[in-house]
Amino acid sequence: MTAASERRMELVCPAGTPATLRAAADAGADAIYCGFADETNARNFPGLNFSPEELSVSVAYAHERGAKVLVAINTFAQAGNTGLWKQAVDNAAACGADAIIAADIAVLDHAADKHPDVRLHLSVQAAANTPEAIGFYTETFGVRRVVLPRVFSVPEIAALNREIDVETEVFVFGGLCVMTEGRCSLSSYATGKSPNLTGVCSPPDHVDYAEDRAGRMKARLGGFTIDCFERGEPAGYPTLCKGRFSALGHTGYLFEDPVSLNAFELLEELAKAGVTALKIEGRQRGKAYIASVVSAFRKAVDGLSGGADASASIAALKALSEGGQQTTGSYRKTWR
Amino acid sequence: MTDTSPIELALGPCLFNWPAERLLDFYRRIAEDAPVDRVYLGEVVCGKRMPFNDPVWPEAIDVLTRAGKEVVLSTLAQPVNKRERNILVQQAAYDMAIEINDMSMVPACSGRTFTAGPFLNIYNEASLGFLSARGAVSWCPPAELPLASIQKIAALVPEVDVELFAFGRLPLALSSRCYHARAHGLRKDSCQFVCDKDPDGMDVATLDGARFLAANGIQTLSDACHFAGLASGQLRAAGIKRLRLSPHSLDMTGVLKAFRAFLDGAIDAGGLEARLTEMDLPGPLCNAYLTGDPGWKKIALPA
Amino acid sequence: METFLTLLTRRLVARRPDLLRRLGTVVHVPIAIVPEDLPHAFLLSLDAIDSRVTLCGKDEIGDAQAVIRAPLLVLLGLLDGTYDGDAMFFSRDLRIEGKTEYVLALRNTLEEADLTPGEFLGLGAPAAGWINDIGSRVLAQARCLASAGAERRDKLSGRHS
Repeated sequence: MTAASERRMELVCPAGTPATLRAAADAGADAIYCGFADETNARNFPGLNFSPEELSVSVAYAHERGAKVLVAINTFAQAGNTGLWKQAVDNAAACGADAIIAADIAVLDHAADKHPDVRLHLSVQAAANTPEAIGFYTETFGVRRVVLPRVFSVPEIAALNREIDVETEVFVFGGLCVMTEGRCSLSSYATGKSPNLTGVCSPPDHVDYAEDRAGRMKARLGGFTIDCFERGEPAGYPTLCKGRFSALGHTGYLFEDPVSLNAFELLEELAKAGVTALKIEGRQRGKAYIASVVSAFRKAVDGLSGGADASASIAALKALSEGGQQTTGSYRKTWR
Repeated sequence: MTDTSPIELALGPCLFNWPAERLLDFYRRIAEDAPVDRVYLGEVVCGKRMPFNDPVWPEAIDVLTRAGKEVVLSTLAQPVNKRERNILVQQAAYDMAIEINDMSMVPACSGRTFTAGPFLNIYNEASLGFLSARGAVSWCPPAELPLASIQKIAALVPEVDVELFAFGRLPLALSSRCYHARAHGLRKDSCQFVCDKDPDGMDVATLDGARFLAANGIQTLSDACHFAGLASGQLRAAGIKRLRLSPHSLDMTGVLKAFRAFLDGAIDAGGLEARLTEMDLPGPLCNAYLTGDPGWKKIALPA
Repeated sequence: METFLTLLTRRLVARRPDLLRRLGTVVHVPIAIVPEDLPHAFLLSLDAIDSRVTLCGKDEIGDAQAVIRAPLLVLLGLLDGTYDGDAMFFSRDLRIEGKTEYVLALRNTLEEADLTPGEFLGLGAPAAGWINDIGSRVLAQARCLASAGAERRDKLSGRHS
């Protein structure tokens, strides 16, 4: 048995509401990440997220079940209004958060300066791609863990882990950004709102679905047609990078098919590559998704150290995936 | 005391895969005749293009410097492998002005000055102030950042020169995948450099046939051509010192001349727009990022 | 029926003021919920004191800012958290029209409401547990029957999943 497989990888799970946080904790999450109900987090959708009071109660619930709570304050603070982001950091610390996930220098600086005892994780939105960039964040702000951009193959992750001296966390399941996170303003081009500016991609107030009599559904964002689904054809969110467009006289998924990440089959390789934590995407999803995905991956991670086989539980997750399709994303070299 | 020094003009780095002769010819013409104060050059988008355009830079730098232009080496926005990382470290050691477009370069730039490029996520005064303390002397904000935010930051970090992205298709996204290769049924690793077929990017339309985006290798740009029709007084009031015009295949010298005439008050905003519209623009004009609206729109800016 | 649902909704809102905060701008906004296999639709309007559930014809939902359409069992499964709203949307079992942000706010609020039948009826612990058990058994059975029916229909129409 290698050293890597002896160390159990941490399962980091999403929660958009206190109820989904409880569902994640009950399903066996090692850590749960969530955010405040404002522009400070990158899932700033209506009806989602936590008030400081809700976070406090939720942290207590998670801690009782042995799960940590990581608070995502991972958007870029607004010019002249950085106070809101600093307050979010202070609130997270006061609520007993085990770590703060941040991308913006302003937020990292404040957290490192005012709350040196709270762990700092570097959000995927920071797009730290190289040992040099990661080194900059760890040395300057004392970042303890880096959430890796979804651009690496498994051998590249292994090579990176040999060059850096900080924990790494990788996405293993859920919605997939095709563009490099934190470096995409396609959404604001169509709608005026984007992840970096306002914490939303493809904001729902600019989304419009129209179904004709034949059952064809047109999905539009900011007035631009992003995709069109025939009757009964699996649909996806009208996210720009997963839309159908035409170029060079052909029509198709120019950037990426509406698929969702599932790296279950790569878990052992990721452990060998030195990955510390596995992340599930989906703070905007419901309890049913959280409960199924978290328990399936709980089984899968335990399976690596001699637990029961998780393949059947993982296979059942396909029905929850966007477009009903799954991919191993950049982890396999097929993306090149 | 009110600053009345003229707003400067800069030519941004060429984002597209132009053949070496075309690039060199382009910079020769800029050196000869264009009213531009500063020229950024170097490969920003794709490290695979470097072996082809690297031979161009020494001569281009020489020609531009002799013409009195301030030359700045712009660097890769998304270094992905050891070779590219090594190049960034070498570039940081050059004895010339540089622009950084990825945080990877901050450690290598310790002890020297640099321009913070538009690919860095600098959205507020605290992050610009932080980079300023580490050597940033000039800053080109991300294209989506509204003018009101830029103005606030400029006022709070006056020691850094602010340069506004003012002309060209908007750089919107980077990816680890190459969309030119994908559209041509090729893999990124054996892309045959097909991005050279589209000197202004590959047009991408919606299912309804509406023009929308432009692909440029791993980069996605807007279809529409952004322009900032803000007069010198407005720019100075917003704390902006320089405008950045992004190279396209049309007559860039003509574009620079039109902006110079506008900034000098020889033509008004309507005149600038009319002159640009007469040219072979890569897409329809847009400007709404300036007001925090959807970037593709064109709206009336306050005069 | 209308009076009963309205009463239960008002009680729930009174008991859980956090839900209205979560709803945000959807307060007062009429949303139509259309069970595709029933002859009627529901018009839902939520508010601190004056929440309302109105039963109406499917052609009388003109005032609604958003419309949610799905088979009744899917709607009930979304209400109690058995189904995931996004997954139902991906599979086209759930269709939405109008203001997507209102649908999303309502969906996320319902997720937080933890609407078991017992919670909705506002029952105390033992009674709620009893009602929930019966409710979930009945619903599970109905889902089984419905999915068997759907499979038969798919076979007949030659559709494979």
